[in-house]
Amino acid sequence: MTLSFTIRGERQEVETDPHRRLSEVLRDDLGLKSVKVGCDAGDCGACTVLIDGRQACACLVPAGQADGASIETLETWSGGAADRLRDAFLAEGAAQCGICTPGMMMAAAELLSASPDPTEDEVRTALSGVLCRCTGYASIVAAVLSASRPRPAETMPAPGQSVGAPVRRLDGRPKVDGTEMFGADVGPRDALVVRAVRSPHFHAAFTLGDTAAWAVEHPGVTVLTAADVPGVNRFGVIPHLADQPALADGIVRHLGEAVALVVGEASLVEALVLSTFPVTWEAHPYSLTEAEGAKDGAQLLHEGRPGNLLIEGRVSTGDAETALAASAHVADGTFRTSYVEHAYIEPEAGIAWLEGDTLIIAACTQAPVMDRDETAKVLGLPPDRVRIIPTATGGGFGAKLDLSVQPLIGLAALKTGKPCRMVWGRGESMLASTKRHPGTMTARIGADAEGRITAMRFDGAFNTGAYASWGPTVASRVPVHASGPYRTPNYRATARAIHTNGPTSGAFRGFGVPQAAIAQEVLYDDLALALGMDRLAFRRANAFVDGDRTTCGQTLPSVGLADCLDALAPHWEVALEAAEAHNRGGGVTRRGVGVASCWYGCGNTSLPNPSTVRIGITSAGRLCLHQGATDIGQGSNTVIAQIAADALGVPLDAIEIVGPDTALTPDCGKTSASRQTFVTGRAAQAAGEALRALILRQTNLPETASIRLSAGRLSVEDGGTRQDIDLAALTSDSHGYVLAAEETYDPPTTALDADGQGAPYAVYGFGAQLAEVEVDMALGTTRVLHIAAAHDLGRAINPTLARGQVEGGIAQGLGLALMEEFVPGRTENLHDYLIPTIGDMPRITPILIEKPDPEGPFGARGLGEHVLIPTAPAILNAIRHASGARITHVPALPHRVLAAIGKARHGT
Amino acid sequence: MTEAYLRPDTLDEALAVLADGETRIAAGCTDLFAATARKILPGRTLDISRIPTLRGILHDDSGLTIGATTTWTDIATAELPPACRGLQLAAREVGGPQIQNRGTIAGNLCNASPAADGVPPLLTLDAQVVLRTKDGERSLPLDQFLTGPRRTAREAGEIVVAIRVPAEALEGAGHFLKLGARRHLVISIAMVAVRVSLVEGIVQQAAVAVGACGPVAVRLTQLEKALVGQPLDPHLVTDDLVAQALSPIDDVRADAPYRAHASAELVRRALAQVTA
Repeated sequence: MTLSFTIRGERQEVETDPHRRLSEVLRDDLGLKSVKVGCDAGDCGACTVLIDGRQACACLVPAGQADGASIETLETWSGGAADRLRDAFLAEGAAQCGICTPGMMMAAAELLSASPDPTEDEVRTALSGVLCRCTGYASIVAAVLSASRPRPAETMPAPGQSVGAPVRRLDGRPKVDGTEMFGADVGPRDALVVRAVRSPHFHAAFTLGDTAAWAVEHPGVTVLTAADVPGVNRFGVIPHLADQPALADGIVRHLGEAVALVVGEASLVEALVLSTFPVTWEAHPYSLTEAEGAKDGAQLLHEGRPGNLLIEGRVSTGDAETALAASAHVADGTFRTSYVEHAYIEPEAGIAWLEGDTLIIAACTQAPVMDRDETAKVLGLPPDRVRIIPTATGGGFGAKLDLSVQPLIGLAALKTGKPCRMVWGRGESMLASTKRHPGTMTARIGADAEGRITAMRFDGAFNTGAYASWGPTVASRVPVHASGPYRTPNYRATARAIHTNGPTSGAFRGFGVPQAAIAQEVLYDDLALALGMDRLAFRRANAFVDGDRTTCGQTLPSVGLADCLDALAPHWEVALEAAEAHNRGGGVTRRGVGVASCWYGCGNTSLPNPSTVRIGITSAGRLCLHQGATDIGQGSNTVIAQIAADALGVPLDAIEIVGPDTALTPDCGKTSASRQTFVTGRAAQAAGEALRALILRQTNLPETASIRLSAGRLSVEDGGTRQDIDLAALTSDSHGYVLAAEETYDPPTTALDADGQGAPYAVYGFGAQLAEVEVDMALGTTRVLHIAAAHDLGRAINPTLARGQVEGGIAQGLGLALMEEFVPGRTENLHDYLIPTIGDMPRITPILIEKPDPEGPFGARGLGEHVLIPTAPAILNAIRHASGARITHVPALPHRVLAAIGKARHGT
Repeated sequence: MTEAYLRPDTLDEALAVLADGETRIAAGCTDLFAATARKILPGRTLDISRIPTLRGILHDDSGLTIGATTTWTDIATAELPPACRGLQLAAREVGGPQIQNRGTIAGNLCNASPAADGVPPLLTLDAQVVLRTKDGERSLPLDQFLTGPRRTAREAGEIVVAIRVPAEALEGAGHFLKLGARRHLVISIAMVAVRVSLVEGIVQQAAVAVGACGPVAVRLTQLEKALVGQPLDPHLVTDDLVAQALSPIDDVRADAPYRAHASAELVRRALAQVTA
């Protein structure tokens, strides 16, 4: 049927099936790729477009219903209002990963056309149907509110002043004009489509039937199974524990595990009914919780892992039991957390093709080099025959560290010789991706009569799901961090990662530390109450200061935690008074205030994790920064460039960014563990300084000289002396540069001994947050009113981006505290699994504390994960202050809070 | 093969299409694709969104007639009597603005979700569902139209053409409260609609409905009886009076006892706020 749409004021005709989703027609037939598909169910709003001027989810509209309509998408929207909103989004840092940006901006477009100078309430209502997982919405609201006001053009910082400048993200423009290319957006339209046949069982043995006959019944469709995997069908992030098959071989260990691929032209493969695929299942008993998995007689998931125990981590110092017994006060409790889904708005997607004998994979990712090496292993290729080109990544938060589509599309491309794409649906993404570890944590903390912490015992059992993934990292990080950033002279902490048939638990912003912080910080409130001490003062009295030793025996040279707590103090007083005033008024709601702290070691735990950065100047005078740190929205494309610019002494806009691309950029490791600003930043600083030194040597000018690039020429000037280097006269190296430097930085750490003693991290970041909440005493609902967040990040390389990290981390911490609970087999969508909407976010006061770290670049520490750690415990402590309800099981859904209020009232 | 996607301009044409064989009726389409991961809707579709006579609100002496394809945004922004305030508040809670711009009142009823936001306020308005075939028309009270979760009394060949609210049910004032674990885009744990008319402080009519606490939303007739003839006093609403009318379940959003308790609390609040 011929459908016609008015786009950019012109009639466009499309010959297509009117029963298709409008989102698909706009993307595939009209090339309007700004229409992002996040859920195909109207839950996320990423596909929001204007139909006859009104916002609509294009995924829900049959194309035939839009016949004759005028359609506006982010790339077609133009004019003054569009330009101003784009500018406002960039200036406010409202686009982080950028995947929700088109939907947000089109929802705003509807509002601004009716109400050019809207109120904040109008903005929040207009955008309430679009989910964002990165920003916490604050910057988005600020952008829309300020879109009508004139804004001066951005001025770039002077040479040497990039670090610390709130410059707009350098890769921001495509995010706000709709041209950013994510995993589902790249590659030719006629690429073959790959779909996975997935397990309907949590645990089962299976045999494949006559797949050849099935393929014959479906001409044009290629079937691939474990038997087709040419290499080692086991991948994993920790080599000796690699246990995850790309395609299951005879046994499935979790719901939705892939057992086969079907590959063919889109129209054929998308129409397949995969339930007809010939598989015979023999269901096995299964476990879904850490308690079930660890039970005697539980069905074992992996050979050589008795008790389903993957690994146990331990840190021990002093004599915790004796010290607890001698303590004036001891608080104890058992705490439970749930599976938490990353819920990035971009489901996993990518495309693979062959160029010569090199397999190229363009997909969303946080770890291109690890993708290359693991995919090569699975496919039986040497790593140098696999090239990973990360696409823009629409949120990661840890789950895109693991392989997803890469080995599957790689296998399909190898077997068919054609470009092959795979785009996971929301349900598929939630079935197959990793989750935050659920934990059951028992802890006891002691204090003396003066309020000094004496000792802590912590034992955590973490549900690591079907495969190893990052379970070992959680097991090693948690015991190191479970004390919180407080002096704890006697300590014993263990963390066990236990296999179950739940989804694989992997990396998720904080690697288990946010869960442990809930136990520790709630118990700290118990102790402060028992001592009759102000809860903030109690924390301040025990907070790490410069020169303190951690429970690992590591001395901390520079700790800004006291500065963070002191920065919260005025807010604390105001908040306590406000809560008291509210509560004096009676009524059904009660207000309360809570506080919690965090610390977090940046980089891998006691393991090497180097980054290498190359900077080169071409004979034409281009300055190229090979920046291999994948920017998943957190801002490394900008931050690393700012560091490099100042190290080299050039203006920021002189730098051209290359990569990430495993063929073009040296390894900058993974975007994880809050390590990029620190580790890649140090490498960039070193490379910039090395190149500067090289230039100064060649010109014989002193360190005070200034460097200026122009076409084919490099000018170095000091005082009245100027030296020019004729770049065209120089010889290029193998990378095409006439002047270049490449430097590697690996954080100095040491291995931990059997008691967890050593120096696991070279840099730590610190912070503290205060939450003000209002609890409905009859319904158990909680509204967070305000969060003040003070974080010592050493040096804010880019304050706008840093604030964005703080606000976004708080949104995820709020979700962890109040609403996020992934139930396997039940919540694989974004309407049963809830993440915070624009209406759930409180006012946030970010406070950036800059106490330089001696190891970090320009004094900077990591920040990305720190920011969500204190949020949940601060909220829980505020709920208790308001209502008496001591919450030990998150999320604090209304029925749980109401039950806890009842328990507090009746003392049962 | 491409199935027919039919988008007539008149109701008569639409009814003729429907009489012609198995056909899905599409209006705002906000529930059709939401229920499937497929990229193409299977089967034949009758799209009634372009029939002008099916959209709009008519208020006359006999009451209110809301056309089947009237959207939630239409309802939220219309000038309606205070009795419809609950319906208008509910209209702002149906998904996000994208859903409200396209989702229709009849679609909400035909989809028959136990958590349909439109149902409790329409129950308090004694709404009648008007169904047409090419041979005639019939009306059903809403509680008879909804026969179970995802089930209605609509027969093949019938189109819901309008929702009728009788004039008597437009007396008094209405209110609506929705409870979920987040602010927007949330499937209710429980929701409550009330409509109360008072004469000299004495309740003349009381209509109370609760949704998301059973297979279909229900009117709380025992409670209503207890309210009529008395000064409006939310304290007359006991947990027992509410709970006995409901059959809530445990699910990922809340447990059953909580739902019953919260419903009673919401009813009390809605009654306290309805005349405010």
